[in-house]
Amino acid sequence: MPEAILAATGVSKHFGGLTAVDAVDFEVSAGEVVALLGDNGAGKSTLIKCISGVYRPEQGQVMFNGEDITHHAPADIRSRGIETIYQDLALAENLDVGANVFLGKEKTRRLFGLIPVTDDNYMREEASGALDELDIHIPSLKQKLVNLSGGQRQAVAIARAMYWNAKLVIMDEPTAALGVPEQRKVLALIRSLREQEIPVILISHTMHDVMAVADRMVVMRRGRIVANIARAEASEELIVRHIVGSAENGESAVII
Amino acid sequence: MAASNPLVKAQRLPFINARSIEILTKSWSYLFLLGLVVYFSLVGTGFFSVRNFSSILTTSTLIMLMSIGQTYVVITAGIDLSIGWTVGLSSVTTARVMRDLAESGNDIAFAMLMGVFAGLLVALIPGLVNGILVARVKVPPFIATLGMFGIVRGAAFLLTDGQQVVRGLSAELREALRGIGNGSLLYYIPDDGFHWFALPPDLPPQQLRVVSQLMPYPVIITALVVIVFAFILARTKFGRHTYVIGGSEEAARRSGINVDRHLLIIYVICGFTAGIAGVLHLFRFTAGAPQAGEAALLSSVAAVVIGGTNLFGGEGDIMGAVVGSLIIAVLQTGLVILNIDSIWQFIVVGVVIIIAVLVNQLQAALERLQSNA
Repeated sequence: MPEAILAATGVSKHFGGLTAVDAVDFEVSAGEVVALLGDNGAGKSTLIKCISGVYRPEQGQVMFNGEDITHHAPADIRSRGIETIYQDLALAENLDVGANVFLGKEKTRRLFGLIPVTDDNYMREEASGALDELDIHIPSLKQKLVNLSGGQRQAVAIARAMYWNAKLVIMDEPTAALGVPEQRKVLALIRSLREQEIPVILISHTMHDVMAVADRMVVMRRGRIVANIARAEASEELIVRHIVGSAENGESAVII
Repeated sequence: MAASNPLVKAQRLPFINARSIEILTKSWSYLFLLGLVVYFSLVGTGFFSVRNFSSILTTSTLIMLMSIGQTYVVITAGIDLSIGWTVGLSSVTTARVMRDLAESGNDIAFAMLMGVFAGLLVALIPGLVNGILVARVKVPPFIATLGMFGIVRGAAFLLTDGQQVVRGLSAELREALRGIGNGSLLYYIPDDGFHWFALPPDLPPQQLRVVSQLMPYPVIITALVVIVFAFILARTKFGRHTYVIGGSEEAARRSGINVDRHLLIIYVICGFTAGIAGVLHLFRFTAGAPQAGEAALLSSVAAVVIGGTNLFGGEGDIMGAVVGSLIIAVLQTGLVILNIDSIWQFIVVGVVIIIAVLVNQLQAALERLQSNA
């Protein structure tokens, strides 16, 4: 077992009387794609937000690359290399690929050695390079994102994360809004992240996606981790049984 | 269902692609302006002359200056309804400061300089308040600036004690104001030639009537403001962040852009360009008037929209607003030359605004089609 890049131990988070995450231990190793599964309200998103700094866990510790990042600010955690790609992708669809990869961190050059202006050609070229690494080709880099497909936009969000040296990528339902061919492209993107030794936490409801790319499946239920299954031992049926909670009782699952 | 949609057929036409849609919808206002100029030149006597074009440019400066700041605000999906009265506030303040300083025996150039300074400064206040309300208190821009509309209007009239103009500007001061407001860097007199800065003093009246102003000062000043703010919007990081906020405020925040501070600055810019408009208005008409920019407010929004800036944010540029302002000014002058009742001007401008919005929507629809193809 390779050393864990991310290690959350004993993490708990309450909302009023509700225990959203209950003393959870969760680890991710280099180059590993971990699927985080569970029904709505099982605590997946809360756990992820405790890692990315959006929520502060009341108990427990989150270690990243050997450093304690519990209770650090979201921006700080991001700058350490944990990049969360939300469903809305946080892109400016009215701008081109270069502008989006450099969103908020625009590269400038000096006009007449004096006035700082945005260096659009540089940003476009760098963005193009980042997309090439993901094996994604966008016909015209001057296109606004609104003219690109959902999968291409997802690729831009991932390319941005990689360009800024993401060391761990968290993806929240990346294929939810996409057609089948686009879903395949996103799964290919996740594989290429793994090839570059960048671990991925994948939150998904789509069993097919999970079975296709995940190395390990972690199932949450009522705030606890109820199963941690390696790819080799996993089957759709087994996972669904854990999600609905019938595995503990020995009942057979109904696959929906 | 999809097959019965006529737009779906359109996408198979080879000449309709994302690029050509963009070019067409971006350039229609330029073509429309060109068409208007050609039309009025053909049918209106006296329209096609340097003298008239120079007068149209001068007329357009008020709307144009207001529409520059408005463009920034609209790109962030906001609107500033207060700038019409900011123009008046600035005009009145400038007039009062100039009058009072000149009356108390100061050098007239000094009085004018201080007046301009005060007029520009006072215009920043409504901008700042708008910015604080929108960015920090999260009041919707429409409501915040509507409130300021009333407040600034009242403030401007308080400064004139309820009068329509600031009274008591000396003849000497008015003459000095007129020298800039109605002056030109370069004059052309037929059968005589070019003159820099001023006309020859002993010009006979029949020649005075045919003088052309080749570079009126208000136009030069407006052109400089256009260049500076067009450059900031198109080329700098500040401009880029303006578009990011308009595209997705959430994306802007997550990427570390200080959205609140940025919005605040944008509303201040909007007040500032309205302030320049107010000061110039005083120079042109030599009377500080609270209602100087009242009618121009809606025209400035119209100019922004006609120029292709999207009211929902994220799209638009200063050149669009410039073309939009020129379209309105050409319509105003052209209809007068054709002897059409000036009331028609409102109707025509209204129709043009609706056409502009329809073109924008057509573009959005066609773009969606492209991305689904």
